[in-house]
Amino acid sequence: MSDHPFNEHIPALRRYAIALLRDRSLADDLVQDTLERGLNKLSFFKTGSNLRAWLFTIMHNLFVNQLPQSKRWQHQSIEESDTGSNDFADEMLTTRDFMQALQALSDDHRATILLIGLEQLTYEQAAKVLNLPVGTVMSRLARARERLSLLMNGDAGPQLRRVK
Amino acid sequence: MNTSTLSESEIQAYVDGHLSPEHSAQVEAYLAEHPDIDKRVKSYQEQNRMLHGLFDHVLAEPLPDKLAAVTARKSWHKRYWVAAMMGWFIIGGLTGYLWRGEVTHTVMVSVPFAERAAIAHVVYTAEMLHPVEVGADQDSHLVQWLARRLGHPLHTPDLSKFGYQLMGGRLLPGNSKGVAAQFMYQTTVGRRLTLYISVKDKGTGQTAFRIADQDGQQVMYWAEDNLSFALIGETDHQRLLEMAQVTYQAMSF
Repeated sequence: MSDHPFNEHIPALRRYAIALLRDRSLADDLVQDTLERGLNKLSFFKTGSNLRAWLFTIMHNLFVNQLPQSKRWQHQSIEESDTGSNDFADEMLTTRDFMQALQALSDDHRATILLIGLEQLTYEQAAKVLNLPVGTVMSRLARARERLSLLMNGDAGPQLRRVK
Repeated sequence: MNTSTLSESEIQAYVDGHLSPEHSAQVEAYLAEHPDIDKRVKSYQEQNRMLHGLFDHVLAEPLPDKLAAVTARKSWHKRYWVAAMMGWFIIGGLTGYLWRGEVTHTVMVSVPFAERAAIAHVVYTAEMLHPVEVGADQDSHLVQWLARRLGHPLHTPDLSKFGYQLMGGRLLPGNSKGVAAQFMYQTTVGRRLTLYISVKDKGTGQTAFRIADQDGQQVMYWAEDNLSFALIGETDHQRLLEMAQVTYQAMSF
């Protein structure tokens, strides 16, 4: 038997789930639920439409409706880092700051940025996944990116240390 | 396009590469004259690069058995999918690593954690017969066992692109709070590297990535969540940093 058509999409579903939840075991549970739901709902899949976007839609709905709030990323306030010395690798700190900034975003903002920036869905596909008009997705994307940028630069609400 | 303004949608679409080449060229001409907007665009593009750098490694991982099993155990009809195939597209391409970081200073410090890690490195990398307690052939047992003893989930980083294969690991005494775990890696020519993990010392915040010289051993160390990590053994700082980056990612998710 050749590969199941879902299989080629599983790595991307995992990537998205891990980025969204920052917890591998929760992420794999979410992917598993998504695949099982997808198999059960296969008859609803419209031939010729995009399987990848369809699977992401299932995953998003599971994420929004089923995952207990307590299991999602905790929105952490960002603390001032204590390192004033220069004996560290700037790039790695930038990476960590970025992860913390991503963590500080709301679920809606993070999901939007991840679907478009990481998973490279078109705006129309992202709108379908999020069940929103395209215009709303665009404005949310713009706000989310600006927010992330401010968090990275330490200009917004909870302070991030400026790295460079 | 109106050359005197740029809409927010155009900015986003440019960042995501959704514009035609002509349209992109117009946007670029506009950006060249509007440095403030250009700065925003560049920071958004950097966000996309960071996302790929952080998470693309997941794509290359073998699937957990339970996920592979979901689609394997259900039968499906190929015929059903033939038409559907038409609509598929595959997002491809792993972006390269973002990190070309440099460690700017090497400092001589005596840090209990780094010291313990360096000592464990020296003691066990010299061991010919019993370098590890549990071999990499029992990878999942090894990781689960050490994770249970440390009380924290662990993931062994894949350092094969640097030429290092996991040999195995062992349990060691750690700080006053208990145990430490050591994973050992080796190249085909027998060069060894260890990853030492223990529960964070009291009072240690989230520290920077530091490099220390412990009697000639290069120790790259950092702390995250409740754990302290040290990577020891490679004399090339740049490579050690890159491996620390991979380790940091593997442990973070």
